[in-house]
Amino acid sequence: MVSFLLKRLLQSIIVMLTVALIAFAMFQFVGDPINNMVGQDTTQVEREALKEKLGLNDPFLVQFGRFAWNAAQGDFGISYKYKTPVSDLIFERMPATLELAFVSAVLALVLGIPLGVYTALKRNGWLSKFIMTTSLIGVSLPTFLTGILLILFFGVILRWLPTFGRGDVVEIGTWATGFLTISGLKSLILPSFTLALFQLTLIMRLVRAEMLEVLRTDFVKFAKARGLPDRSVHFKHALKNTLVPVITITGLQLGSLIAFAIITESVFQWPGMGLLFIQAVSDVDIPIMAAYLVLIAFFFVLINMIVDILYYAVDPRLRSNDG
Amino acid sequence: MKMDKTVETTRLERFLDSDIWHSFKKSPIAIIAFVITVVFLLAAAFAPLVSPHNPFDLASIDIMDSSLPPVWMDEGDARFFLGTDDQGRDIFSTIIYGARISLLVGFASVIFSMVVGITLGLISGYAGGRVDAFIMRVADIQLSFPAILIALLIDGVARGLVPKEMHEELAVYVLIFAIGISGWVQYARTVRGSTLVEKNKEYVQAAQVIGIRPGTILRRHVLPNVMGPVMVIATIHLAIAVITEATLSFLGVGVPPTTPSLGTLIRIGNEYLFSGEWWITIFPGAALVILVLAVNLLGDWLRDAMNPKLR
Repeated sequence: MVSFLLKRLLQSIIVMLTVALIAFAMFQFVGDPINNMVGQDTTQVEREALKEKLGLNDPFLVQFGRFAWNAAQGDFGISYKYKTPVSDLIFERMPATLELAFVSAVLALVLGIPLGVYTALKRNGWLSKFIMTTSLIGVSLPTFLTGILLILFFGVILRWLPTFGRGDVVEIGTWATGFLTISGLKSLILPSFTLALFQLTLIMRLVRAEMLEVLRTDFVKFAKARGLPDRSVHFKHALKNTLVPVITITGLQLGSLIAFAIITESVFQWPGMGLLFIQAVSDVDIPIMAAYLVLIAFFFVLINMIVDILYYAVDPRLRSNDG
Repeated sequence: MKMDKTVETTRLERFLDSDIWHSFKKSPIAIIAFVITVVFLLAAAFAPLVSPHNPFDLASIDIMDSSLPPVWMDEGDARFFLGTDDQGRDIFSTIIYGARISLLVGFASVIFSMVVGITLGLISGYAGGRVDAFIMRVADIQLSFPAILIALLIDGVARGLVPKEMHEELAVYVLIFAIGISGWVQYARTVRGSTLVEKNKEYVQAAQVIGIRPGTILRRHVLPNVMGPVMVIATIHLAIAVITEATLSFLGVGVPPTTPSLGTLIRIGNEYLFSGEWWITIFPGAALVILVLAVNLLGDWLRDAMNPKLR
């Protein structure tokens, strides 16, 4: 167990270092940091002095080491555009994105699993077929179009729900939450559903496929032969065995939820990290891009590691040959 | 020469007698998807001939025709089937021209991904050892991030490298590069897997024994045998590439409004959603969904048709 953990930890560190190297390379090759910091009338001597002071004349490895060390402490420098520390900008926006991703994940699970179970049990019912066909269209619908359609229907035609921003937020310490106000909750509905839709279809299809597989196995047949009620067979025996891969996939998808939030946030003008990032891409604000990249990589690596450890704990076969 | 000719005819005959063709004839969904895809391709290829108006000819658009609804609504105009946008451009025509850009970027980036992915996959599978380990490790790392994020990053970095005044000119190439790089991993992995199997077969060993260079063996002998799965990936990838392009353009970091793609059109139209001119954004959106759905269905069918287990 310990050697497995150490191995995973080492791999994760290598991935993080690679990503940090890419982020660092972006600073090196894109634009001149000095030009981004000083005015037009700065003399060459002053520029050189600043360069020396910032350590930009040091060897590559020294500079990279400093960058990685600062990044590990959450320091990514100053945004070219906003002229404030990047970490402040990102941490200010993080609650919005995390709340959105969390609600979407819950929505996807709460709707996806029952729909998957239903379509598997009533395989030939018309409602199941309808759900399956609709989900196929859902997969082909790009996230931003889903958002636009929802805005058109619930925002413009019916005028039921707000279509941009977070509504009123309540500050709890440094965390600005939209969970505690009516307008905050209402503002969450459309964006979170938009973001959840893809994961929802994914989970539904996965649960359905796994259920169909499990329902064919001998132990389910045996449970039925013993005369156990359907409810008990379906939910105690079958569903339980489908949940391991579902948990894994959901875990892994959490990372892409945060990444896909870029699109949703852009459609709904949701003031999260994704919106900050996309604005940074159009303004070529490298410090923000680099920080976002490293942060997302960190989320991904963390989630991957947790899922791996969970797997290791759940599946005894992995333990025997200590991979 | 005569030999060549017989080979050609038998090829056509072989195709007409193949499992693929038979499965295609029996699948109405595949036929419909194929027809829709071909219609899109032809319309895009011959856009200047097919579209009723030239939306980018400033002389032919009239501001008086701006924001007209589609023809079946009260204020619709018979000249503009799907209505016009805020500048008086015919929506139907802009969709055709938009699909042209979308498909161009889609195909180009798929080909780019294919070339990079197949080359690295062949090298990785054939060379083995450290080269293989390195390429596959890079692939693993890239695969743990969503493709759209990678495309966005490359796009952002490229914007920084390209001087500002050339942004619009080079935007399409930057997009092709970004989407292409974000998609090579699937090809490389598949090709590597097939190459590992093929390289131990006798025909490859025979070629090695008579002293053919590795590059030639890979190109002439291994490549044709690993292309089957690659075509399936390429079809599904085309749908993904078109969606990625549309998403990037929608986010405002893709194709500039001067030569709009479907995504750019949706972005432009999105601004008029609240004033009730829904057709400016919904029709390009519908065109995008229909195109992507058709290509996806075609890819699904191709995957099933080429999978011997399902026959």
